[in-house]
Amino acid sequence: MESLEQIRDRLLARFPGATITLVPNPGPAAEHTISLDNAHAFEIARFLRDDPALQLDYCSNVTGIDWPEKEIVETKKVSVADPAGGPAKVVEEKTKRIEPGRLEAVYHLYSMALRHGPVIIRLRTGNRSDQVTVPSLTPVWRSCDFQEREIFDLFGIVFEGHPNLRRLLMWGDFKDHPMRKDYVEPDDYEWEPTPHAEVLERAQAHYPSVTPGVSAPAQVEAKP
Amino acid sequence: MSTPAPTAAPQPFPAAGNISDADRENLRRNGVLLTSLEELYNWGRSNSIWPLQFGLACCAIEMIAAATARFDIARFGAEIFRPSPRQADLMIVSGTVTKKMIPQVVRLWNQMPEPKYCIAMGACAISGGPFKQGYNVLKGVDRFIPVDIYIPGCPPRPEALLNGLMQLQKKIRGEHLTGPDAAKHTRADAPSEYAVPTCGAHDIEPTHNPAVWTPPVPLGRLGKG
Amino acid sequence: MSPAAPTQAPAPFGAPSGPTVRTVTDAFHGDLLEVSMGPQHPSTHGVFRMDVTLDGEVIVKLKPVFGYLHRNHEKIAENTSYLASMPYTDRLDYLCSMSTNWAYALAVEKLAGQAVPDRAQYLRIILAELTRIVNHACLVGFLFNDLGTSFTPLLYAFREREKIIDLFEALSGSRMMCNYQRFGGCRIDPSPEWLAAASRLVDNFPRFLDEYERMLTGNEILLARTQGVGRLKAANAINAGITGPVLRAAGVNYDLRKVDAYGFYSRFDFRVPLGEHGDTYDRYMMRILEMRESVKILQQAFRDLPTGPIMDPKAKIRGFRPKAGEAYGRLESPKGELGFYLLSDGTPNPYRYRVRPPSLINLTLLEEMCLGHTVADAVVILGSIDIVLGEVDR
Repeated sequence: MESLEQIRDRLLARFPGATITLVPNPGPAAEHTISLDNAHAFEIARFLRDDPALQLDYCSNVTGIDWPEKEIVETKKVSVADPAGGPAKVVEEKTKRIEPGRLEAVYHLYSMALRHGPVIIRLRTGNRSDQVTVPSLTPVWRSCDFQEREIFDLFGIVFEGHPNLRRLLMWGDFKDHPMRKDYVEPDDYEWEPTPHAEVLERAQAHYPSVTPGVSAPAQVEAKP
Repeated sequence: MSTPAPTAAPQPFPAAGNISDADRENLRRNGVLLTSLEELYNWGRSNSIWPLQFGLACCAIEMIAAATARFDIARFGAEIFRPSPRQADLMIVSGTVTKKMIPQVVRLWNQMPEPKYCIAMGACAISGGPFKQGYNVLKGVDRFIPVDIYIPGCPPRPEALLNGLMQLQKKIRGEHLTGPDAAKHTRADAPSEYAVPTCGAHDIEPTHNPAVWTPPVPLGRLGKG
Repeated sequence: MSPAAPTQAPAPFGAPSGPTVRTVTDAFHGDLLEVSMGPQHPSTHGVFRMDVTLDGEVIVKLKPVFGYLHRNHEKIAENTSYLASMPYTDRLDYLCSMSTNWAYALAVEKLAGQAVPDRAQYLRIILAELTRIVNHACLVGFLFNDLGTSFTPLLYAFREREKIIDLFEALSGSRMMCNYQRFGGCRIDPSPEWLAAASRLVDNFPRFLDEYERMLTGNEILLARTQGVGRLKAANAINAGITGPVLRAAGVNYDLRKVDAYGFYSRFDFRVPLGEHGDTYDRYMMRILEMRESVKILQQAFRDLPTGPIMDPKAKIRGFRPKAGEAYGRLESPKGELGFYLLSDGTPNPYRYRVRPPSLINLTLLEEMCLGHTVADAVVILGSIDIVLGEVDR
């Protein structure tokens, strides 16, 4: 199979105007990915499937990923000239920038005819609240059907052009997207004898009358 | 045909209800079966428990294994797994009950005729088990329906299920038909149907049935102690 | 000739009411009946639900409904360490915990660049193939249950299953939830007695298969109920991402043991059985033939099993933190391509953990396979796809 750079160059030549970037994978697996812009993704996907050299006829896995908004602090060392004329001082300058949150759908493509792969493509949403639409690739690969529905259910990405975009795993009236990182679970907590700090915190939230460090039954009994 | 000569003066026959187990055993050996209606009824019931064929998750495979030749649940008269709740006496909750599933589980339980019993098989059915942290996992089926026997394990071995069944048989044999401690199914005022929760916007509503279950009070110490 | 818009017929007095059964009148087909099969149904292999619309007894529409066993495996795994998810993978496909363990270990090893010693690779193949035998034997039993044999073939299958899971129990301590694989090897080295017992079992297994096939394969009811039922075309199957024996029954030669040659499968001599018609009968035969090939693999594995360590000495058990990056590891589980997608951000917990469940994706074309057949056939088609709900809903 051609390298990812060659595929990108071929795609750029075929679809002028499309934004196609390589996303490197720093890990040992070194499965690099290409990120597609939403306007051209559907056409590019169809090209990847039908191109005789690639024939990526099999979309194996579709995944959603949630990237919440995060604050990145960058420390830069800047040398500042001493106004008194002495040697230049090195001062650490901290800059804060906020990386906007987004949702991402990752597709793992293989070729059954030519037995190669994977080519991994990523589609990104504008943010996590109101621009959560990406094109659906279900018309290209039928195997995305249930997986895109699952991502719609658990992450809240809306796949435009999906023939039957309903919740897959949770019930229809459910409002949340549980696989997002900021999802708050329903509070049906029950006391359990696990000495984890998090469990104890929740226990105290539920039994505020019980103070830490004192045997709980004694306190409950002591209450009138 | 000669009857054996009495060796001692005839004993006065003990009053009904006062008869000891030893006397009864003695009579049984001489060919007289003395029993009460209650006992006969419970004996019959406890040896022909028909479970509902209702597999939820992993434990269902061990439930099937208990029904196969090696473990042979038929020895206990409980091999007739009924697919319809209307014909079943026992619901074996074999696996994780999710919040999406609990309305159906309660509905099945309501459709079962009295007398009915419930076995919570495996850690998930008891408390949520390994999946307790899950947002869609009900933390114990006893939040909505009354459970008679709890079988711990993940999954419990088929032998454990058989032991649970034997415990249930013991419980059935000890039930009374009349009196102040009469069994639930003989009393008109005891509930037979339970409220079915609904799936709401964020969680099931209500999160538990207060008539069946109340949150436990923590035992031991909380926090640093 | 599309059906006219369904209109709600006035319910006759005393008719059963409720959400599960509804009649709709249609000018051409008479009454259409909507039936909700499941989630409590003896033939749906768990809490699977199909909403079926019937014209008489013939299916005109079928929609699968999922989520009744959605146990939040992925969310739990993202809140815990890599190793702590290993016992949860047992509970994904609870009939085949050994191969599910391996799939997860394979993905993590790919993510962390972890090597695996030779002996562990052989042990993994031995256990995965034993699992395949267990799964296929049980599946055939369940399939015949759906055909109406009422338990008998399943009793034979479970007899053999008990023998194999006794071996699993002797090795790992648990019958079903083995939790055996680790990142960089296996947990426990089997004793020579265990290996001898396993080898004996495998040598005797073809006798069971002959007995099984003598009972089942030529059976008139099997032929009548499965041949030509639930046909799947190869092109559709590939596009729908169907994998495993269901795909190969449609004639597509795609077995990850050959394609990816993960583990040491390239050292083994075995063949990939292929079907021709893609119907239920071919899917049944795939299972029988794959069991025979598995026996061949196992015999070679027992013959060539090397000595040595079962765990890579450089493998980190405590404080396992793979470098930031992502990996998708997949293998040929008995049900199809089982993959794990892992995204690490350098912390002890995976940032994204995703299971690619073959059972769920193999159901994509269930409606197409069932259309035009009767309800009773739908049950058989579903049985031949081989799903396990722990994996479908996760």
